[in-house]
Amino acid sequence: MMSSTIVQDIIHQHGGDKALLLQVLLAVQDADPQKYLSEESVNEIARILEIPRSRVYSTASFYSEISLQPRGIYLIRVCTNAPCENAGKALVLQAIEKELGIGAGQTTSDGIFTVECVNCLGACYMSPAIKVNDVIYGDLTPEKAVKIIAELRKEYQDGQNTSGSCI
Amino acid sequence: MGKTPLDLVFNIEPNVFVSLEEYLRTGGYAALAKSLSQGAELSLREIINSDLRGRGGAAFPAGKKIEMVRGNAETTRYIICNADEGEPGTFKDRFIMTHIPFQLLEGITIAAYLSGASQGYIYVRHEYPEAQGILIKAINQAEEEGLLGENIFGSGFSFHLELFSGAGSYLCGEETALLSSIEGKKGRPRLKPPYPTQSGLWNKPTLINNVETLANIPKIIEKGASWYRSLGTEDSSGTKLISLSGDIKKRGLIEVPFGISFAEIINDFGGGPKEGRKIKAVNIGGASGVLVPPELLDTPLEYKACAQAGITIGSGAIFVLDDTRSILDNVQNRLKFFLHESCGKCTPCREGLRQADIILDKLIAGQAGVKDVDTLTRYTGAIQEASFCGLGQAAGNTLRSSLTYYREEYLACCQENRKSAGGEDLALMEETA
Amino acid sequence: MNKMKIFVNGQEVWIEKDSTVLNAVKQQGIDLPTLCHHPDQRVKANCRVCVVEVEGVKNLVASCSTKVAEGMRITTNSPRVRETVRTILELIFADHPHECLTCIRNGNCELRQLASKYGVRDIEGEKANNIFPQDKSTPSLVRNPNKCIKCGRCAEVCHHTQNVGILYSHNRGTEVCIAPEYGKQLAEVACVLCGQCALVCPVGAIHEKDDTDLVWEALANPHKHVVVQTAPAVRVSIAEEFGLPPGEISTGKLVTALRKLGFDQVFDTDFTADLTIMEEGHELLQRMQTGKNLPLLTSCSPGWINYIEQYYPGLLPLVSTCKSPQQMFGALAKTYYAQSSGIEPKNIFVVSVMPCTAKKYEAARPEMNSSGFRDVDAVLTSRELGRMLRQEGMDFQKLTESEFDAPLGISSGAAAIFGATGGVMEAALRTVYEVVTGESLCKLEFSEVRGMEGIKEASVELDGKEIKVAVAHGLDKAKKVMELIQSGKADYSFVEIMCCPGGCIGGGGQPYGTTNEVRAKRIEALYQVDENMPVRKSHENPAVQDLYRDFLKEPLGELSHQLLHTEYRNRGLSIN
Repeated sequence: MMSSTIVQDIIHQHGGDKALLLQVLLAVQDADPQKYLSEESVNEIARILEIPRSRVYSTASFYSEISLQPRGIYLIRVCTNAPCENAGKALVLQAIEKELGIGAGQTTSDGIFTVECVNCLGACYMSPAIKVNDVIYGDLTPEKAVKIIAELRKEYQDGQNTSGSCI
Repeated sequence: MGKTPLDLVFNIEPNVFVSLEEYLRTGGYAALAKSLSQGAELSLREIINSDLRGRGGAAFPAGKKIEMVRGNAETTRYIICNADEGEPGTFKDRFIMTHIPFQLLEGITIAAYLSGASQGYIYVRHEYPEAQGILIKAINQAEEEGLLGENIFGSGFSFHLELFSGAGSYLCGEETALLSSIEGKKGRPRLKPPYPTQSGLWNKPTLINNVETLANIPKIIEKGASWYRSLGTEDSSGTKLISLSGDIKKRGLIEVPFGISFAEIINDFGGGPKEGRKIKAVNIGGASGVLVPPELLDTPLEYKACAQAGITIGSGAIFVLDDTRSILDNVQNRLKFFLHESCGKCTPCREGLRQADIILDKLIAGQAGVKDVDTLTRYTGAIQEASFCGLGQAAGNTLRSSLTYYREEYLACCQENRKSAGGEDLALMEETA
Repeated sequence: MNKMKIFVNGQEVWIEKDSTVLNAVKQQGIDLPTLCHHPDQRVKANCRVCVVEVEGVKNLVASCSTKVAEGMRITTNSPRVRETVRTILELIFADHPHECLTCIRNGNCELRQLASKYGVRDIEGEKANNIFPQDKSTPSLVRNPNKCIKCGRCAEVCHHTQNVGILYSHNRGTEVCIAPEYGKQLAEVACVLCGQCALVCPVGAIHEKDDTDLVWEALANPHKHVVVQTAPAVRVSIAEEFGLPPGEISTGKLVTALRKLGFDQVFDTDFTADLTIMEEGHELLQRMQTGKNLPLLTSCSPGWINYIEQYYPGLLPLVSTCKSPQQMFGALAKTYYAQSSGIEPKNIFVVSVMPCTAKKYEAARPEMNSSGFRDVDAVLTSRELGRMLRQEGMDFQKLTESEFDAPLGISSGAAAIFGATGGVMEAALRTVYEVVTGESLCKLEFSEVRGMEGIKEASVELDGKEIKVAVAHGLDKAKKVMELIQSGKADYSFVEIMCCPGGCIGGGGQPYGTTNEVRAKRIEALYQVDENMPVRKSHENPAVQDLYRDFLKEPLGELSHQLLHTEYRNRGLSIN
């Protein structure tokens, strides 16, 4: 959940009442620790920009890169389009789902990983491809995908250990 | 890579990022300087004479579009670079943005000058964070160097450019849906007319062009319309970026002059099918494109010839399926894509795709009959004939072309034809085997 | 020249420039099918059933969104057009519940009528696995998303005409649904329950909550004394339920019909409309004397009350404390009438027939029970009454005419025009003018406040003092007036607001087919009713005079306050 002041600040940075709604929605989602657009945020944006809640929600629910559900720290997006499909996407997705114990559209219970299916990442020359947060991985095999997850887990653990030492 | 002529428009070098320094060193921004000094009229003439057409899919004459915005009495005008490259199998715009961003920025700036727009947006899809990052940096750099912003080159022409991020919607590649998206609405298409050139962003005249189209402009201004026309054919001038993928030896982005045949592209650049395999079908133009049988691959890449052959060049995506692939699986993949991406506004697209998907699932599961193929054909007709926007109409292309060229594959899936002479269900036998 | 030549099915015709193909073709006597089209709304071109062939255009074009062009050749009846339209209808039906027999719109469903017209016989498509729960959260409306065909008419009226923005289309592709945000129920959002969505819905996706069984039950109960009141607007619209043209005055037939249904007394909300003028008029005079809480805002429209309670609670002190005529009637039926007739109030069952869905909610407000019992026990919309009369097998056209029962059925012409936008204002001015000046008005009609213009202003001289008044109908227009008042830019003394366009005659509970053209005809009829009345000023209504003499004593007196006035409150952004 995000405080109302953060939402206000974001809107202010985007030009106040001239702010472009879609950019505000993306920025508020980015600023949310759970990388999603909460109902409170939607209501706050509606209030400040004086747009009916139903319209803000309508825009938010239309775009697939905006999530109305909390998401994990690592957002794994698996491309499902024909070039990736034909190059073995199904097996890669299966391996990821098995490794994490969740299906596409779900988040691991520890809140670290979310798996989503997406449309074309523009990486068809190295299909099958996935994107983890902003990084694209191509020419995947199930084994490579599992290895990537292991590396991400390690990265997360390392981050936890460093921040844990502050106590 | 085969027989690429030396100097084309993009001269792709896969792993080279052209920095501003490098771009300026190799003659970048000379075209903008030339435009500003020779004036908009003359430069626009050049674009019109080049016969450059929109590379996003609709192939509308680019110069004419600029002229339409320019001729508008309303002086607040916008330019939008459509970088919502969502057509599956297409990665040309991504390449331009991540490798030669300044060629694009220069093209946008010239087009803005010619159309009289002082504010512009690059609408980049959210799935391309790398391109967004590079463009934001490039815009800042261009501003610092006086290539964007107030009084560019002391000409009195001012132009501000901003990046606008999409948020995951294929439909926003449709120009009016893109406008709605910037205005904070759902990415649903609007009624046309009025066209964006008359009443676009916030009801002001707006020039919307694809990345590749705009990135062509500096070279046209620099080298002239006749040079550009000499690259292509009488019917289709210049070059086209082709995103090659699928069952071929070599995948990747290539630039080809118009007039080359699809077979040449696939064999000379893509190295042909993999060892021991044959091409079964080629999907041209992405999900909204058509499935083309091998017999038609000698068709030249040319707007007129393609239209006659029923081929949509579209975004220039070429995706090859070899003889190990099932046509129905491929069509199903496309349908799932459109089901997810249809905006849901109009009945034929929304409900037609819903039902087509149900029928296709049944066909693949061996639970459909010949009658269902006829129904699918009928529904496809309604999607193509009556959808609200071009993308809805195009959603039927894969279906239509597959039903035309590969009908026997559909029929082979039907229950009537799956029964062997003894009455056993072949599908069942395959499963147990 | 304003006309151009086009060809419709090969015939040369001359059509106004700027006309749509749909209208051009209609002028040739060809009614193209439509679903998302509504004459009072912006063009949506969503449903695509109005497609036609235009020579030179590759695909079919939607006739609603295409303008005619010189020499255009239009074909409306080719096999290609017919088959495509039929297929589109089939596609809609495929994912639509096949419950036509039990649907509330059975008989007047636009989709079903088109399916019949186009001979949709086989539906090859299948219902996808998508069942949504119904929303029965309010006493006014029932929403059934399963039947929604996504034409967008409700969302358009909700956002544009009413500007409350409750129903809107969410998600995309096959998952599109038209609903409040987060799939919330109507009771959880700032819906005003005006029912304009239900009025424009072509199918049974949103409709009034049907209370006819409740009324049948009361009528059959020998221990209940069932009285009915009918709103001014119903008498000029109920005939449409029986196929008669809009604007037909059928007061007498309506009374006969209600009596035939078995109501013990057939009364008239017009009686309490006159009473409202007495109370509200005096409230206005009082406020003008003190100069406080001006302008006085009317309170008879329950959709409007729901609106101001949720959207402009800061302006609530300006609202008249008067209950609406419906509620005043209920309170009096169970006190004044109960006493005079010697019937115990607990045995009196008050039914009202209203053009309105918000009235159902108003009647259910817990504070509306001045007699110790619910003021109004059941509210029927015009459509529900139509249904009851049809069930009873009544041939409405053949009914004789009869008169309302006394005393709660006696009224003036001023009360009748309550049903039209500007009517309350005009009725109030007739009375206030005479009370203040002591003179008789030589001309009763205040034409400045009449008509379909969204916001109307007038100034009236009262005893040498000029007062400004305003009238708005439709909440989008109400919002504009509220913004003016809130920002201190308005110097009105009295403002009439009606929630629905045209006023109550355009209410959300009125017969289907209500358009602005129909509204204008109903309004015209109400002014005719007024003109035909022997008494045309509320304060001259003899039954109202008796009521004050025998019971209430004086306007704004103690008993009035107890029975006829109420308090409206801030509800936040939810109707609950």
